Amino acid sequence: MTLAAFAKDTRHAFTENPLTLVAFVIFTFLVICALIGPSVVPYDPLMTDSNARMMPPSAEHWFGTDQLGRDIFSRVIVAARLDLGMAVTAVAISFCLGTALGAIAGYRGGFVDQLIGRVFDTIMAFPLFVLAMGIVAALGNSVVNIIIATVIINLPFYGRYARAEVNVRRDAPYVEAARMGGNGSVRILTRHIVPNILPPMMVQASLNMGWAILNAAGLSFIGLGVRPPEAEWGIMVSEGASYIFSGEWWTFFFPGMALVLAVFCFNLLGDGLRDMIDPRRRT
Amino acid sequence: MASAVPSLIGVILATFLLSRALPGDPAVYFAGPAANAESVQQVRESLGLDKSLPEQLLLYVYDLGRGSLGQSLTTGQPVMDDLIQRLPASMELTFGALLVAIVIAVPMGVFAAARPNSIVDHVCRGTVTIAAAFPTFFVALLLVYVFYYLLGWAPQPLGRIDEIYYVAPDPVTGFYLVDTLIAGDVEGFRGSLAQLVLPAISLALFALAPIARMTRAAMLTALGSDFVRTAKANGLSGGKVLFGYAFRNALLSITNIMGMIFSFLLGSNVLIEQVFGWPGIGAYAVSAVIASDYAAVQGFILMMAVIYVLLNLVVDLLAGLIDPRVRFES
Amino acid sequence: MREPLLRVERLSLDFRTRDGRVKALQDVSFHIDKGEILGIVGESGSGKSVSAFAIMGLLESTAAIGGGSVHFAGADLLANNGAAMKAMRGREISMIFQSPRTALNPIRKVGRQIEDVLLRHGPVAKRDAKKKAIEALARVRIPDAERRYDAYPFELSGGMCQRVMIAMALACEPMLLIADEPTTGLDVTTQAVVMDLIREMVDETRMGALLITHDLGLAGEYCDRIVVMHAGHTVEDAPTEVLLAKAAHPYSAKLIAATPAAADEISQLASIPGGLPDLRRSDLPFCRFRDRCERRAEVCDAEPLPFAELAGDHLVRCWRPA
Repeated sequence: MTLAAFAKDTRHAFTENPLTLVAFVIFTFLVICALIGPSVVPYDPLMTDSNARMMPPSAEHWFGTDQLGRDIFSRVIVAARLDLGMAVTAVAISFCLGTALGAIAGYRGGFVDQLIGRVFDTIMAFPLFVLAMGIVAALGNSVVNIIIATVIINLPFYGRYARAEVNVRRDAPYVEAARMGGNGSVRILTRHIVPNILPPMMVQASLNMGWAILNAAGLSFIGLGVRPPEAEWGIMVSEGASYIFSGEWWTFFFPGMALVLAVFCFNLLGDGLRDMIDPRRRT
Repeated sequence: MASAVPSLIGVILATFLLSRALPGDPAVYFAGPAANAESVQQVRESLGLDKSLPEQLLLYVYDLGRGSLGQSLTTGQPVMDDLIQRLPASMELTFGALLVAIVIAVPMGVFAAARPNSIVDHVCRGTVTIAAAFPTFFVALLLVYVFYYLLGWAPQPLGRIDEIYYVAPDPVTGFYLVDTLIAGDVEGFRGSLAQLVLPAISLALFALAPIARMTRAAMLTALGSDFVRTAKANGLSGGKVLFGYAFRNALLSITNIMGMIFSFLLGSNVLIEQVFGWPGIGAYAVSAVIASDYAAVQGFILMMAVIYVLLNLVVDLLAGLIDPRVRFES
Repeated sequence: MREPLLRVERLSLDFRTRDGRVKALQDVSFHIDKGEILGIVGESGSGKSVSAFAIMGLLESTAAIGGGSVHFAGADLLANNGAAMKAMRGREISMIFQSPRTALNPIRKVGRQIEDVLLRHGPVAKRDAKKKAIEALARVRIPDAERRYDAYPFELSGGMCQRVMIAMALACEPMLLIADEPTTGLDVTTQAVVMDLIREMVDETRMGALLITHDLGLAGEYCDRIVVMHAGHTVEDAPTEVLLAKAAHPYSAKLIAATPAAADEISQLASIPGGLPDLRRSDLPFCRFRDRCERRAEVCDAEPLPFAELAGDHLVRCWRPA
């Protein structure tokens, strides 16, 4: 696809579906929060203030304060870095690793293929959130382990796709030609086959981003992974949940809405990206 | 049937490896945080952790064969008993949510496909896109806040039935909705239904998007197919074409994503049970995780995986009922 | 004795697309008599199938009829509302399609699919439906019809599926059968069997039939009369033997030359140069064959071309017919 054609498709996707543009704006905002959030928020996200506990939203505290008097607005903004960071890292690693494993399986075939295929099948035989729970429970509560768990449960999606696509391309004429030209397997895979399957996999990756965010937040919500007092949307919702019966809704509402916004944004971006890359699959 | 066996073997192997891959000494994990050196040694011997890995695996499989998942540290009961006792609560919630999701999402998808790009279509698409962005646990909290705290319509989100007003039914199926009816206790039925509504809706909301989207896509494919054209050319009525011909065929694709839906529902169960104090295996697992009760966690994961494999089997059988070609192949 | 059954007159039809209006049919006229098979021949995109769908009232929502009329058994079909057309389809006019295996519902027993049609149009009671469906299967010479009633399309061969579709189409004894490329996708011997069957059914019931095909050889063998279509125009209409012997329109002549039966050797097989004109153009020439024609002259660009009578039964749309 030429650059001009891509630009045309992009413009088309924006005009056809203005929501993609909205998603793009939200995305930019989230990225800015993640990058410079900690240095621009009005309060230190970890600073407690016993005089300002459980304050409802006001001019000083836009989103109110929590049970320790921390400013929820600052915490929500700052948490963007951790939440998005975990999801992006996990999806990126999973994407690379899954593609590599799938490509090797599809190209090699035989025993390697069966072994890798079995591993993917086994991962998929679990309800994925439950498997992620088990992995974090086993490896220990830490951000790194949340990422590892998210990588593992995402692997089969990229792996299976890459395997199937590489498998049908393995004997394609242009690959045969490259082989005749004396190219080694690694070179054929990385130069001739994988680049051809990347665009649809990128769509999958952006669609999986929202899911990865939900997954990480869900783990934190039940007390796995990120630990207090760290600012993270899942934990903040979980902490705020206790105050629901006394009507202090802002404690769980704003971090929850931050999650919704982020997931919504990535889902829309994924749909938009799919429209750009594969206009035929527009639904 | 043939696909379930390798899956089960993989699942057993994976849960075994997961527990043996614990960083540090697995015996410490299984003994729990309150253990001293002596009890750790005891656990090590009782679990056979001093033996070689293949021997341990054989032991693990042997225990599974006897229906043993080890002892829970927190409840002091065999993990298997704990899980079996709590399983019906989780299943009632899961199937309740599945029912809600299907009843809402499938008609949405059908109507959206019947009039593509109409207002109905856009509204459906917008609804499911927004629904898909809401984390289940957040939806659950929002619903509790609005319908319990603000409006007072829903009962207190504490379990399956309000024991102050109602009596829990004698367990027959373990499903309160069924058991209360068997006991002829209409009040109790109403009480447990009231408790079930909010958690089931929370759980169902996220499943709306995949079901509605798949229904719409499958219906569009079916409506554009040659056999629907033939049906129209033979003058069959609109309802017959839409439901008898197109929908029956679309049902196959819808059934095929049920595996994914179950994976999601079973996983989210854990989060929802936490919010609603639902006494199922998810809530059990969360407290086990917090107490580092590893045998319980491992047992929970294994049971979830086995349930999931079995549900997938049921889905395959259903697909065979719908499509004669699937029956023919197997 | 000629008894007109269907008369399409000066039918024009456009498709609205993002890139403008596609003038898919213009001034299309033909008629079918009882007991007669009319062949419509032309390359893909010439408007054969669109004409059929217009008669059936099965056009997509982007289609707009610009003018003309379709008279069937005395009534104007274009004036009919949706419900009336629906009641007519399958009962008075039936249609069969190419790729019979995908044209049948894959997950419904073929017998039940025939029953659906029978019950929809109500000539039978529910308890007789099965018997009638088996009769319909037997009538199209399906051996062991009782057993085949319970078969699913994937269990039958392509030829057998086409017979099932014919059985379904004829179940309510329609007056007109439209067959849209009914033999495409079938092997040669099966093609002959299916076409023989259609011929037989027409002779037996005195219904009319419309055979849409790109294969002039096939049309020549089975049709009583042939209409040649090109780029949304009917360009020639003649009894089969007249057309094959004395094609007047240069396009018909080229089609005949391009048909394997007409040429003795492959080397003599002619191909037709050029393609169909872009039907979205606003400046379509009067003669849509103009750019591909060797006999083009000034007169061709001068004024609109009528579909005019050359001899009693022979119409042609050309200023310089052979």
